[in-house]
Amino acid sequence: MTETKEVKKTKYLNPYLGGVLLGLVLLSANFIAGRGLGASGAIKSTIVATMTTVAPVASEKSGFIKEFRESHGGKPMKTWLVFEMLGVLVGGFISGALAGRLKFKVEHSPKITSRKRLFLALTGGALFGFGSQLGRGCTSGAALSGMAVLSLGGFITMMAIFGTAYALAYFFRKNWI
Amino acid sequence: MGPLVINEIISENTNLFLAFIIGIGFGFVLESSGFSSSRKLAGVFYGYDTVVLKVFFTGAITCMLGLLFFSLFGWIDLNLVYVNPTYLTSAVVGGIIMGAGFIIGGFCPGTSFCGAAIGKLDAMVFVVGLFLGVLIFGLGYNLWDGLYMAKNLGAPKISESLGMSDGIFALILILIALAMFTAGEWAEKKFPREEY
Repeated sequence: MTETKEVKKTKYLNPYLGGVLLGLVLLSANFIAGRGLGASGAIKSTIVATMTTVAPVASEKSGFIKEFRESHGGKPMKTWLVFEMLGVLVGGFISGALAGRLKFKVEHSPKITSRKRLFLALTGGALFGFGSQLGRGCTSGAALSGMAVLSLGGFITMMAIFGTAYALAYFFRKNWI
Repeated sequence: MGPLVINEIISENTNLFLAFIIGIGFGFVLESSGFSSSRKLAGVFYGYDTVVLKVFFTGAITCMLGLLFFSLFGWIDLNLVYVNPTYLTSAVVGGIIMGAGFIIGGFCPGTSFCGAAIGKLDAMVFVVGLFLGVLIFGLGYNLWDGLYMAKNLGAPKISESLGMSDGIFALILILIALAMFTAGEWAEKKFPREEY
């Protein structure tokens, strides 16, 4: 029993070592590209590219979609974040494969059903997607990368994200613990 | 010297290729730190697992110190590094909506891609949600562009806003982080949960 516990405990990287490595990845992004990491921006690129193709009229009406496309020379997919996020999928897969964590499953608290978990994931994702556009970046692009370059907005967004999640944690506790 | 692409030391296409390599590093670190698990991520809000706090703040501080030292050594021109602009209203409201999304959905965008990469179905559904949310924002943009553009403060640094040097602010942030790490270690002992 103790042995299995020991194995389980060492399956993830030490968090402080993970943090230093994350910081070095972020530092190299700034050193090479003059910008930090991100995630939601790649989704925005995909949405802009898709909307422009399938619904040109509607996307022409949205100042947001139009502005992004025009500022990227009409090639919304050829952005730094799209290539970076493709890398994230590969890097995450490699790490999961090396650690033996590749498995199709719905992870949820034993107190809720898989179906409920998936519904909550969809809802949370939609909120996060919307909020990331309003806040000009998500936990990676606005909070983490913003903090590293001492951006005032980065710190404000970080506090708003974590503050809200802490404030609401009590009401959603059954979904997690 | 740095940033390399802005100083035209590497080409735009090399930059995109390196973005892919940096992304691999990013995804690898997130996954191996346990960020592909929603219950591990949510742990920070209940105290049973504070890996998010530790990795996130150690990461931000490592990079921040790296940039300050690189600048001191003349290796990077910080004036050429992108500093996120501050639109006060949207930073707060956007952050609040993201915080709600975090506690309801259990992921943030970057971590959901990591979870999806190793087969977590809840992460894949979260990613679908992300696309829906961004789509809704884009389509309804004219309804909230006032909110989006309000209170533009430019791109101030927090150190400037607080009237202190970058170095002093960095030191204070490190002390705050150390206090939070101590609190995190305490919380993990106080609210233990078995691993999953």
